[in-house]
Amino acid sequence: MTVREHLLDARDLRVVFKGRRGKPPVAALDGVSITIGDGETLGLVGESGSGKSTLGRAILGLNRVQSGSIAFDGHDLFEWRRRNAREVAAALQVVFQDPYSSLNPTQTVGQILAEPLQAHGMRDRSELARRVYEMLDRVGLASEYVDRYPRQFSGGQRQRIAIARSLMLGPKLIVCDEALSALDLSVQAQVANVLMELQRELGLSYLFIAHDLSIVRLMAHRTVVMRHGQIVEQGPTDELYSAPKHPYTQALLAAEPVPDPVEQRRRRQARAALAQRGPMATA
Amino acid sequence: MTPKPSPTKAPTRRDVTVSLATVTNSSPAVGSARSAEDRVLSSRRSPGTIVRLLLRRPVAVISLLWIALVSIASFAAPLLMPRDPYETNLSKAYQGPSLENLLGTDQLGRDLLSRLMIGGVEPLSGAAVALSIAVVVGATAGILAGYLGGVFDWVSSRWVEISMAMPGLIVLLVVLAVFPGNTMAAMVAYGFLIANPVYRVVRAATFAVTPELHVDAAKSAGLGALRILRRHILPRIMGPLIVQATLVAGVSILLNTGLGFLGFGPKPPATSWGALITEASQLIVIHPWMLVPTGFVIILTVLALHSIGDTVRDITNERWAGMPRRARRRQVPAEAVVVDQQPVAGPEGSALLEVRDLTVAFGDDRVRVVEGVSFAVNAGEIVGLVGESGCGKSVTGRALVRLLAEGGEIVGGSIRFDGKDIASMSEREVNALRGSEISYISQDPMMALDPSFTIGTLVGEAVQRQEGLRGSAQKQRVLELLAAVKLRGPEETMRRYPHQISGGMAQRVIIARALAGRPRLLIADEPTTALDVTVQAEILDLLREFQSRFGMAIIFVTHDWGVVADICERAIVMYAGQIVEAAPILDIFAAPKHPYTEGLEASNPHHATRGVPLPALAGSVPAPRDWPTGCRFAARCPYATPDCKEAPIPLLSPGPERLSRCIHIERVGTREGVTK
Amino acid sequence: MVRFVMRRALFAVPVMLVVTVLSFVLTAFVPGDAARTILGPDATDEEYARLRSEMRLDDPLVVRYIVWLGALLRGDLGRSLLNNQPVVDALNQRLPVTLSLIVVAALVTAIIGVAFGIASAVKGGALGRGLDMLASFGQAVPDYWLALLLVIVFAVNLGLFPATGWVPPGESVSRWAERLVLPVVALAAGGITGIAKQTRDSMLSVLASEYILSLRAVGVPMSSIIFRHALRNAAMPVLTVMGMIFVGAVGGTVLIERVFALPGLGGLAVSSTLYGDIPVVQGLVVYFTAIVLVVNLLVDIAYGLLNPKVRVR
Repeated sequence: MTVREHLLDARDLRVVFKGRRGKPPVAALDGVSITIGDGETLGLVGESGSGKSTLGRAILGLNRVQSGSIAFDGHDLFEWRRRNAREVAAALQVVFQDPYSSLNPTQTVGQILAEPLQAHGMRDRSELARRVYEMLDRVGLASEYVDRYPRQFSGGQRQRIAIARSLMLGPKLIVCDEALSALDLSVQAQVANVLMELQRELGLSYLFIAHDLSIVRLMAHRTVVMRHGQIVEQGPTDELYSAPKHPYTQALLAAEPVPDPVEQRRRRQARAALAQRGPMATA
Repeated sequence: MTPKPSPTKAPTRRDVTVSLATVTNSSPAVGSARSAEDRVLSSRRSPGTIVRLLLRRPVAVISLLWIALVSIASFAAPLLMPRDPYETNLSKAYQGPSLENLLGTDQLGRDLLSRLMIGGVEPLSGAAVALSIAVVVGATAGILAGYLGGVFDWVSSRWVEISMAMPGLIVLLVVLAVFPGNTMAAMVAYGFLIANPVYRVVRAATFAVTPELHVDAAKSAGLGALRILRRHILPRIMGPLIVQATLVAGVSILLNTGLGFLGFGPKPPATSWGALITEASQLIVIHPWMLVPTGFVIILTVLALHSIGDTVRDITNERWAGMPRRARRRQVPAEAVVVDQQPVAGPEGSALLEVRDLTVAFGDDRVRVVEGVSFAVNAGEIVGLVGESGCGKSVTGRALVRLLAEGGEIVGGSIRFDGKDIASMSEREVNALRGSEISYISQDPMMALDPSFTIGTLVGEAVQRQEGLRGSAQKQRVLELLAAVKLRGPEETMRRYPHQISGGMAQRVIIARALAGRPRLLIADEPTTALDVTVQAEILDLLREFQSRFGMAIIFVTHDWGVVADICERAIVMYAGQIVEAAPILDIFAAPKHPYTEGLEASNPHHATRGVPLPALAGSVPAPRDWPTGCRFAARCPYATPDCKEAPIPLLSPGPERLSRCIHIERVGTREGVTK
Repeated sequence: MVRFVMRRALFAVPVMLVVTVLSFVLTAFVPGDAARTILGPDATDEEYARLRSEMRLDDPLVVRYIVWLGALLRGDLGRSLLNNQPVVDALNQRLPVTLSLIVVAALVTAIIGVAFGIASAVKGGALGRGLDMLASFGQAVPDYWLALLLVIVFAVNLGLFPATGWVPPGESVSRWAERLVLPVVALAAGGITGIAKQTRDSMLSVLASEYILSLRAVGVPMSSIIFRHALRNAAMPVLTVMGMIFVGAVGGTVLIERVFALPGLGGLAVSSTLYGDIPVVQGLVVYFTAIVLVVNLLVDIAYGLLNPKVRVR
């Protein structure tokens, strides 16, 4: 392993999607560079079509990258994945948004959790069982759930199962692609807490992708704002939220309603003023 | 049946520091016949489950038995048949059923039952050959095309497109011209032809499963392609494949008997089902009975195959559906029905809408999902109906305009609008109100416009209905409306189809349409949830503008407290089908009077400090069938005491214009029980 | 839209090529040869050799195919081995019978099937359950068996319709129609139930959709919702099924013509297959494929008219 500064260092990534039905190709990622440190959460916000999910999928190897490089844990990620996809999979994991389609409905919770280990050659049934029960406990699920099917669980419980699955191989980085977005407020808080606790316990890093600005403010150490496949602004979360520099970030933050009627009225007026200054806010 | 895990029992926050020793000690469920280890990898209902579940359905069992019976009778005919099928006895010709010849005799006095039995060999083995080829070829190609895509998919799909344009029977006649009398060759060819629908179904199913996130998750876990196919894709396409296989088997039998009827098949005196019908067809005037036994055996066999297919389809739909299956049947106890006479009214003034005791039930077993909801809305007022999924807020909103989803019904209460009760109106009367007095807009704007018509037509239709305008006057009004909702280039937008516009534009179009009749009340069901925040802000501004310009009241159904703070004047909080709190907006944010409201506001990440755990409510909203008699929130409530669970909790009034369904109001706000 | 129709129409070319090549290659393996079939066992070797070279039987398969294709483009499909009649004449003579059957059966299937489907979707209840039952029977009953049943009941016992025979519409439209009733019913019955079921299913799923809800929410009357919006959107999957059912019915005519002794292409198909009259069989392949292609093209055009996503981008 070579010496490295960041856990993940992506440089100048470019992903182009073929245009549908004769339309010109679209650059979903247009020269994007990010870094993620050990034990750090990088928040990634943006509206639909901003390319934030594409970036996550590009890192996971689910989208083809046209150009650019990713160094992950001191390796060239693309080369490493070609050479040994399983090793990469062990270190780089994912939790998706939709807790319904992200779990195979034909497998039990135990099978879902054991599968990554089995794919990596673990055959010892008692060791498999031990690891599965340990992980269920870690994410706060009762051990008697082990032989139940995903459909028997609520959205929040499913998301815990998905998190447990992502942890089975002891990853260093987890891409959370809108992982909390489909959950109700009270359940969202529970799962957010699980993620934060796991980070403290295990020193995990997260790439936390979300359209909801407030949950990113809670979770992320640093935040990147994307639009039209490019990064418009990035910085430490508290700084970025309290003093956004780019007009788009300002518009985005101004547009998000806050659960405080007095504050919200003030923000609305500020936004109206902002909109009068320039048409930046409305795309 | 597996009991649904009760969400309240699940530990919600756990200390992560668990030593491995305690894990192994504490984990296995007590009283389980299988060891904890076994339970990890084995399915609760072991593999091959489709077959097992099939055996629980009487129709499927009868069908399987019939097919087994027919197959055995045909292939073991030499051992089982009652008489020699070739033995002629002209003195006994043209007989109906008798003890001696159970199904009667033919024109030569041969035993029909025996001939029917040996006649099954040809169609059944022919169908078996066609079926095997179709399934092997079709399924393999379908999986590969669906999973690999690319060139393979292109080539095989073009081939299927071409070969599906070939008339099957004619192709078989060519084969039979080449191999005279060889129906087996024809069935082999047919197997390749009928592989096409199998290919299509399997390919479509593979396409549908492959982008599912669990497949991506499996790829991210480093699983190989073969393992992903076997573990994640094959189990999901088994259902559609079996269904298709039963159809192929049925149509192959029909085809083979058809060929036999045309004279292709075993040479007489040997016979086949098709040939038996040919014989019968020559005798329909003198001995029509001969048509009956063969016809019925063919029909019943094909029916049996189809009913197996239908049952498998039902099983797969239920079993592999991503969403939770309906919980066990359990009636809500009668005493749980709370009757609140007191409507939650706003500030004084004659109410535009007054809902009393609204109760909505769903399904054959009448599960109540909204119970005893009472509130009022004044003219020009914006009221938020707030809660998490499953609390009944959307159902309430839709009940107000009588647009409940299939199976839903208002089973009690009244909805007085302008003095008339919407709940007891005829459909015609309600429809006269819709759009003109009350409009409703729903969550996903991209789904809410008929894809087959232009925007101009869709809005024009509402204009015609509400204002009776046609032709250029109608067009003029549509343009006005589109301009009023601030759509740029209304002329051009009119000519567009829904798939050509963005979600934000679509929601503006829907608002324009909803406002065509200048309604006095708009029910907006999560109208901005599917939109980006900047677009959401614009839509909220737009609704606010219409409210102030036309004095239109809005019931805003939402789960987003930020939206409530932005647009609402009053909020009504729902939980588990009931109203739990109602208050003017400033009060409810400043000092919630129900533990649920308090907990929701506390767990809102807006108030959080980065990295510090959120105060989270434990558990999740219980399903309607699991609602307790007492306080429905008690199981998650930090203030709960034993008396909370004893009896239904009434709505209490802790202050002017405020209501709360809690007997511990004085303790709410102390946050003593909320975990930090 | 024009481009869309052109593209679909052009698709006929590769289909026709593939189908004819396949049938040509297959028939090249026919045991015995055409010259022997024509001349019979008593011919001399000289006669045989002359006929073979006349028929170009010694040329390679590719050459023979190209020659045959060239002739096809000039409207010549060769001559029957059996009676030396030009194949095109034999087929054209019988085409009206089969076309009558297919066109009338298709119209009946579409109209009754869709009407029944709409009614059961809107009324639901017993009508819907009855339709489900009927549909499973409709797919299980062999059409030729049903045809025989109809003959027994309506022709033999009740004497309402003639059991067999054909009258060209030019001679007497009423007698033409009278003789078509039973064959059309037999050919259409299965398709009617299939289309009715598909119509019902897709109507129900469309009626449950968000856009229907939002139309009701602004007071659009139910009649407009059912016939203008729901039917139009439900029609697309129905059209797909209709196309498949019609293609199946094209093959079904062979059996039905046999039962009712109709002098159509189907009867010719059976006899020429039994006698190994290859030029006629090849001609039939061309005709039947052409009929199927026309049916598919009509379905495609209807699809394009209904679906703006096909027309407008």
